[in-house]
Amino acid sequence: MSSTAITPEASFQDSHEEKQSFIKKYVFSTDHKMIAKQFLITAIIMAFFALLLSILFRIQLAWPDKDFPVLEFFLGKWAEGGRIKPDFYLALVTIHGTIMVFFVLTAGLSGTFSNLLIPLQIGARDMAAPFVNMLSYWFFLGSCVVMTASFFVESGPAAAGWTVYPPLSAVPTAISGSGLGTTMWLLSIFMFIISQILGGVNYISTILNMRTKGMDLWKMPLTIWSLFITAIVGLVSFPVLVSAVVLLFFDRSAGTSFYLSDLVIGGEILPNEGGSPILYEHLFWFLGHPEVYIAILPAFGIVSEVLSINSRKPIFGYHAMVYSLMAIAVLSVIVWGHHMFVTGMNPFLGGVFMLTTLIIAIPSAVKAFNYTATLWRGNIRFTPAMLFAIGMVSFFISGGLTGLFTGNATIDIQIHDTYFIVAHFHFVMGSASMFGMLAAVYHWYPKLYGRMLDNQLGYIHFWLTFIGAYLVFFPMHFMGIDGVPRRYYAFTEFPFMEKWVSVNILITWAAVIAGLAQIAFVWNFFYSMRNGKKASKNPWRATTLEWTTEVKHIHGNWEGEIPTVYRWPYDYSKPGHPDDFIPQTVPHSETMSSNLLQDFHDNEEAIKIQKEWNKENNRVESES
Amino acid sequence: MLQNRFKLFLSFILAIFIAFSQPSFAWVQSETNNSQEQEQTEQSSSNEEDEDAEEQDEEETEDAEQGDEETDEEAAEENEDDAETAAVDEGSDESKTQASSSEKSSVSPQNDNEDTVTSQALKTIVYYIFLFIIISAVVAIFNRIFSIYKLTQVMNGKYSYIKENSIQAVLLIVFLILFLAGVYYSYAVWGKWSFRKAATEHGQNIDSMFIVTTVLTTIVLVLMHILLLGFSYVYRLKPNRRASFYPHNNTLEIIWTVVPFVVLTSLIIYGSVIWKRIFDVPEDLKNSAIQIEVLGEQFSWQVRYPGPDGEFGKRNFKLTTPTNSYGIDFNDKKAWDDLRASDIVIPVNRPVRFHILSKDIIHSFYIPDFRVQMNAVPGMTNYFQFTPTMTTEEMREKMDDPEYDFIMLCAKICGTGHYNMQKKVVVVTESEYQQWLNEQNKFFTDDMKKEFSVNENIDKDDSKESATASLN
Repeated sequence: MSSTAITPEASFQDSHEEKQSFIKKYVFSTDHKMIAKQFLITAIIMAFFALLLSILFRIQLAWPDKDFPVLEFFLGKWAEGGRIKPDFYLALVTIHGTIMVFFVLTAGLSGTFSNLLIPLQIGARDMAAPFVNMLSYWFFLGSCVVMTASFFVESGPAAAGWTVYPPLSAVPTAISGSGLGTTMWLLSIFMFIISQILGGVNYISTILNMRTKGMDLWKMPLTIWSLFITAIVGLVSFPVLVSAVVLLFFDRSAGTSFYLSDLVIGGEILPNEGGSPILYEHLFWFLGHPEVYIAILPAFGIVSEVLSINSRKPIFGYHAMVYSLMAIAVLSVIVWGHHMFVTGMNPFLGGVFMLTTLIIAIPSAVKAFNYTATLWRGNIRFTPAMLFAIGMVSFFISGGLTGLFTGNATIDIQIHDTYFIVAHFHFVMGSASMFGMLAAVYHWYPKLYGRMLDNQLGYIHFWLTFIGAYLVFFPMHFMGIDGVPRRYYAFTEFPFMEKWVSVNILITWAAVIAGLAQIAFVWNFFYSMRNGKKASKNPWRATTLEWTTEVKHIHGNWEGEIPTVYRWPYDYSKPGHPDDFIPQTVPHSETMSSNLLQDFHDNEEAIKIQKEWNKENNRVESES
Repeated sequence: MLQNRFKLFLSFILAIFIAFSQPSFAWVQSETNNSQEQEQTEQSSSNEEDEDAEEQDEEETEDAEQGDEETDEEAAEENEDDAETAAVDEGSDESKTQASSSEKSSVSPQNDNEDTVTSQALKTIVYYIFLFIIISAVVAIFNRIFSIYKLTQVMNGKYSYIKENSIQAVLLIVFLILFLAGVYYSYAVWGKWSFRKAATEHGQNIDSMFIVTTVLTTIVLVLMHILLLGFSYVYRLKPNRRASFYPHNNTLEIIWTVVPFVVLTSLIIYGSVIWKRIFDVPEDLKNSAIQIEVLGEQFSWQVRYPGPDGEFGKRNFKLTTPTNSYGIDFNDKKAWDDLRASDIVIPVNRPVRFHILSKDIIHSFYIPDFRVQMNAVPGMTNYFQFTPTMTTEEMREKMDDPEYDFIMLCAKICGTGHYNMQKKVVVVTESEYQQWLNEQNKFFTDDMKKEFSVNENIDKDDSKESATASLN
């Protein structure tokens, strides 16, 4: 498909051909901006679906003894007498997890913003392979449709947890969801992986080959760095999930025994011998763990950008940020075993995986410190995007710290598969990534739709969600310490869990309110598309290239030549410059009064010219 | 104009109210009302967005008009009061009245309608949708009031972005205080609920590891939040100030790379030592421990003690029958004295080695009070060895709860009954343990003997084939 890559000249001509048919423009679009919108809106719809599922199972957890006839009206046999059935409960948590992890935080976050930002921020007309890019979206949509459709299957959707461990997921008699529902789950994920790989190849080749003049790697904004590294991690790990999924498919449908051995289910002796579910766990988590970094890495990049722009300060430690991204990416593929400390894996491996896992805390800590240092002595504008970015850092700290418990093999014995884990990952990859995504939506909305979102609604949305998320997930840590396992349908069967029902009610109410707050966001999002205040070209006074494009979208992004880049993306509040930001497209020769000698690296001629200018103008370079 | 829209809004509220008083048509009507209502909110919000456009008009008419504007609104709300006896901005009151009215209305159709559940369900839906619309309306109205207030500020020249910005900064500080209070509360209350000292030897090591980690992380959590939100407040946007251009500081960065490194290294070493101590049990200790086997299945556990010979008979899943649900191979004579137990009973202060098996799905053998967890994986045996240090009696005294029991539960999703797959664990003194052992029944019951003697005959006929092969 590389033959369809748009050369700068060709695409520039494209921009004059505005007469595209509706279908070509909005449906089978190959324009990266349109594909970004398609990804985003699909992800928002899926996020709402998953949110609804979570509210349903939260209701069950808070009021396990109460009937809700409403539920029967909507769910029919899955909630007979107004009470959700245990297998449906498990289906709810399974599909909630799958949608949130794969469709929202992977496709919705890196899919949307890779598509939108990569060409715009590196100065390219479009993706390297626009047609492949379109395919990536359509495979994603297909997988969403198949996943949603599994709710209309007689035996119900997959119900073996989002990790779909065999044998539970492999044997239809073990749980009703493991019938056709799980086949659809596997098909859906298979399509999703194709989508991710097509997308990932495209992102990487675009970033490596299509940067504009002057945009060397160390002049790329951190968003691009993070999306680049995310794409690499995805490309390394997703194919392994394909193998896991395909082998599971064979076990289910072709009678193989890759994962199955010694099973007596419901009194029936199965013929499978010689396989091991542990193999599946290894294969799954070899993707599964990088996957959580695929969800959080783009959020890191986005938050770096938003924090820097809104505190009018360069991001603290740009190089350290990039290196820590790389370190996290490299480490992320060698830590998967920490999900398996108590599965009977060789205890020696437990020690090794504990080592690699806890080491990830170092680059993560560096990131948290650098974010905080970016705020120090800034001049902070609290746009909704900024608030979400701060919220993301807060969640990242809260959730990251509990990683020291979960990553430690000894403590994991106690909290493995309990609510502590639920709390941990909902903070660090759930809320933090989600807040990164929301920050990005608020920040780049003017670029997506040419209009501004309403600030007031943004504030309402932020505060309700931020407080709500803390109220929902913080108490769960304590349940986990007490030993309440996750995926429990009700807390009624154990005397020691009864005290937590009251806390569950608090959590459910917080979840409902935070869920309703999302309506403020959706309203804002769709309403402002047509009625929002018109955005100016560079509403946030930012330096990066996307803000040099016209507000109106054109195919090929820039009319005329693509701008050249002269400087790094974080020249905010540079002393000596009248404005508090200098766009990347401004050459150093135009900002003699603010140049620092280290801006020129080892370009001796430039340093000499600058020194001469300094002398002539009596400028003493201040120590930075 | 504003007044008109409020009247419109008011009429819709009224329409819904009427819909409520006629339960049989509630669903149909509310559906239409709903869509209209949405349009309505759309309009009212569009109004809000139109403020900017109106701003210009209003600027011409200046202060006097604004006053009118606000009184108009108040008047509108008063109208509503008259009409409904419930003010919109007192949403909670209204919802209460609605709640009671819906309850009343839900009683009557129960007699008329056959499909009572459905109609009741419908009514609940309508009620909640209505409640939601009310809340949205309240939010929308507050939003409008705020934007009008903002507008007056703009026109009086009092509005400043900086002020609005500072409100968010202050809110962040308020959040910080609430957050810290919340952390304190949750540690004090929920922490107390959740943390009990481990009742095993290795569990005490895990606890000390846990406490060290908790102290460390809590310090970092509190400090980082104070810094993050504190900086946000202190360095909020101010006029005439410029952010400092401070792109990096290598010393600082090295410090905050090295410090976590040192802390983490010590945590890793500490953790590894304990981990090794738990799982790297010397061979002789493995053999001298009491051996107990647990078999997880959907959704219960079976427990097997090896009997006087101290060894388990072989298990072969292919031998599973309704009588021999454990799948024990009684051709192995070691199996003949194996004991079936209804609970897990173990003596205090003696090492116990659990053999953890699964019959069907992956389960997890988890005893929170003992800090013991190990998955039960079909096709393989996992082990966990530990020494309980407290009898159930002692634990009951400590907890001041005569009903308290140690409990083993399943921690790995295993199907519909996952939430109730438990086994009582009783820790007793040595003498009680021996006595209890004597009371337990053997797996090799008369029924089983019958079944296996038949099988053994077949075995002899087939001559020299291995038992497992012949049995299938």
